[in-house]
Amino acid sequence: MSTNNVFRWLTAACVVLASQWAVAGPKIEHWVAPSGARVFFVENHALPMLDIQVDFAAGASRDPEAKSGLASLTHALLDMGVEGMDENRIASRLADVGAQISGGVDKDRASVSLRTLSMRDKRDVALDIFRSVLSTPMFPEDVFAREKARRVASLRESLTRPDTIASRAFWDAVYPAHAYGRSATPESIEAIRRDDLEAFYRDHYGASGAVVTIVGDLSRSEAEFVALNLTAKLPGGSSKPSADAPRLPSAGEQRIPHPAAQAHVLIGMPALKRGDPDFFALQVGNYTLGGGGFVSRLMQEVREKRGFAYSVYSYFMPMAQPGPFQIGLQTKKEQAGEALKVTRDVLTTFLAEGPSDAELQAAKQNIAGSFPLRLDSNRKILDNVAVIAFYGLPLDYLDRYIENVEKVTAADVRAAFSRHIRLENLVTVVVGGE
Amino acid sequence: MRHTQRFISLAALLAAISFSIPAWANPFEHQLANGLRVIVKEDRRAPTAAHMVWYRAGSMDETNGTTGVAHLLEHMMFKGTPTIGAGEFSRLVAAAGGRDNAFTSRDYTAYFQQVPKQKLEQMMQLEADRMRHLTLDPKEFEQEIKVVMEERRLRTDDQPQAALSEQMHAVAFQAHPYRVPVIGWMNDLESMTVQDARDWYERWYVPNNAWVVVVGDVDHQEVFRLAEKYYGPLASRPVPARKPQEEPAQSGIRRVTVKAPADLPVVLMAYKVPVIRDVDKDVDPYALDMLSAILDGHEAARFSKNLVREQRLAVSAGAGYGPTARGPGLFYVQGSPSAGRSPAELEAGFRAEIARIVKDGVSEEELARAKAQLVAGQIYKLDSMFAQAMEIGQLEVIGLGHVADKQMIEKLQAVTAASVRDVAARYLVDDRLTVAELDPQPLPNAPRRPAAALRH
Repeated sequence: MSTNNVFRWLTAACVVLASQWAVAGPKIEHWVAPSGARVFFVENHALPMLDIQVDFAAGASRDPEAKSGLASLTHALLDMGVEGMDENRIASRLADVGAQISGGVDKDRASVSLRTLSMRDKRDVALDIFRSVLSTPMFPEDVFAREKARRVASLRESLTRPDTIASRAFWDAVYPAHAYGRSATPESIEAIRRDDLEAFYRDHYGASGAVVTIVGDLSRSEAEFVALNLTAKLPGGSSKPSADAPRLPSAGEQRIPHPAAQAHVLIGMPALKRGDPDFFALQVGNYTLGGGGFVSRLMQEVREKRGFAYSVYSYFMPMAQPGPFQIGLQTKKEQAGEALKVTRDVLTTFLAEGPSDAELQAAKQNIAGSFPLRLDSNRKILDNVAVIAFYGLPLDYLDRYIENVEKVTAADVRAAFSRHIRLENLVTVVVGGE
Repeated sequence: MRHTQRFISLAALLAAISFSIPAWANPFEHQLANGLRVIVKEDRRAPTAAHMVWYRAGSMDETNGTTGVAHLLEHMMFKGTPTIGAGEFSRLVAAAGGRDNAFTSRDYTAYFQQVPKQKLEQMMQLEADRMRHLTLDPKEFEQEIKVVMEERRLRTDDQPQAALSEQMHAVAFQAHPYRVPVIGWMNDLESMTVQDARDWYERWYVPNNAWVVVVGDVDHQEVFRLAEKYYGPLASRPVPARKPQEEPAQSGIRRVTVKAPADLPVVLMAYKVPVIRDVDKDVDPYALDMLSAILDGHEAARFSKNLVREQRLAVSAGAGYGPTARGPGLFYVQGSPSAGRSPAELEAGFRAEIARIVKDGVSEEELARAKAQLVAGQIYKLDSMFAQAMEIGQLEVIGLGHVADKQMIEKLQAVTAASVRDVAARYLVDDRLTVAELDPQPLPNAPRRPAAALRH
């Protein structure tokens, strides 16, 4: 083809794609509050409700080595007693106005969220309590002792479960001698003192590191006021540096006995950091390998053709430091060996060949086509924008998502996978099995 | 701060939302000549739609020897028709930019896709096709029954809490098929045949036993037109009479113990209670719903506040009740004792909390609080097209009709403290009770725990 024809053809193709898939993300307003907190706001008056999420770099990777579980315990106690209100008053008053405080802790991030109706008399009560939970938690000694005991009991129970055992062994093997690899134990929780919570809170819940995401029925000026009000009295702690980059593990297999009827299998390695330019190639490629549900290769080979498993998947978990690539499945213990072999064959074939043209097209078509489903509720918008906010992704990340997906070629996928997945670094964990 | 909660009526809250059509007109309903009912709720907040097909056929319609067939057939629905091959259904939904799945319960089986709105027509075509033209290939069945057995191992056999719940239902119900697990007994799965699946499909998968629910950025007239086009040509067939299999009245406490590899004991108590049969006239189910909210509606509700926080008797304590079901109702109470406390003590603690309500009743404040949460929840539900579609489908397939939801909210808001106390006294009694206890077994090679760690 002459250069002119190629150019015309490419332009035409781009035009067709753009018109079919032109879906922009929500309009995200962004500013830095006088408190130092970064604020991200999506105004939406369709429903009389408000969702706010405040994120801190206070995840489990910040636990001191001998006190794994500190980040999680600190977070849990935030709403169990604040200045002027005990835990029962907090819960009752929130329920009185139909508001809900929730949240969670993963390895990078601690999130505290509020969902409330937006009419003033409800909203003001909810915001008042939310501000206290963020700014003046008391960590009462008796509540702390009780919650410690509950955690230990719950942890002991989860340590009997094959899925928990597999997950902990996986993180430990994939991230040896690294903060991401540590998990709480009954001993590490027992070692935590109340002062540790106060210190952790002071050090990690500061305004300068806080990220506030607001979605819903507020005006811009109201959102500015709310964001400042929520963060003005946060501690002035300095941001602690995050964990170093993990070193790659050597390939190996760990087998842990368990009496369960099924073996739980996990395979993986450190793979993907937030903001990595290979992100889209890996996402698109993973769809074919094991991310695309029923249409993926792993599903076809392990479940559909052989009936080995109900659930088999692969995914990349992008994190502040390279988060894991993981393949997982559960299968009757007698056939664990066979299922593992089929899984490994699927992976090695994919690494060698990458997706076919048809598979690549199907992946892009689904990821681009289903994009509106990611944003069709306030809750989903909140989740998406909070990730952009916390990880410092570009504000037009959602607007350009489809375009970035469409650009990926089969060569990009093969190259990205070869950069991020190496057989000599893949760790395997099998819990149960013969 | 105010203690008495002045109520905002749901109608006033809905008025605060700008709808493009009057709130009272939505959802819209249409019935085809073949009996299929189509309900459409227009929701313009995003250019997507949720499309669901509900069949009034669940595990309660199964018979001894073929338990699990309702769920197995749900799996087989993805395995092809003469028009599209095995696995093609999911591929086509994926290509359309959709997400799909299905689920089976005791009462119903439902299939759904969430798609960009312009793909709704294709989804309706696909669902109409498999409503009456499923292939049920024996080779596909051979593989899929293995997958279902793995699912049973994953969700029940290797999950002590699920095994406990399964045993509890099997003991609480003796005549009624609610005693049977939705996944099916393992031996029934092992002896199931593709003919069993075919018989089930022919018996229940007809348009006059189905509901189509669409929620999203759609025009109801257009959806009705598409329904006529794709579902209209399907022939109806009378469904067989269903045996009532009424559960005889229980007249004494029942107990069952399950041993499984675990660390925490679990106490699960289930009381036989009514569910809604007459939306307008019933009183007790609404009072029971409020009772469960007062016991476990938030972190300072009775169970959490008294048993977990103050007495430290339990590491977890909860209550549950579903007011809508095709079959008989249960009121659940469940928890695990703290280290050093026994299951018997926890059961006594639950009984004491119930006795306190029977003796002293519940406060106006607690009741108002539960109602405030209920009303707020109705608004939050509007944030999810899928949640709205679920509610419509469930009410329809149960037999109450989706328009009952507004009446139900009003009835819940009208519950009095006296009626809450009354239902606790009449229904939460030993003669209606089944107690299931999980007796944790140490794993082989489990390290011995030092006794000192248990004491506080």
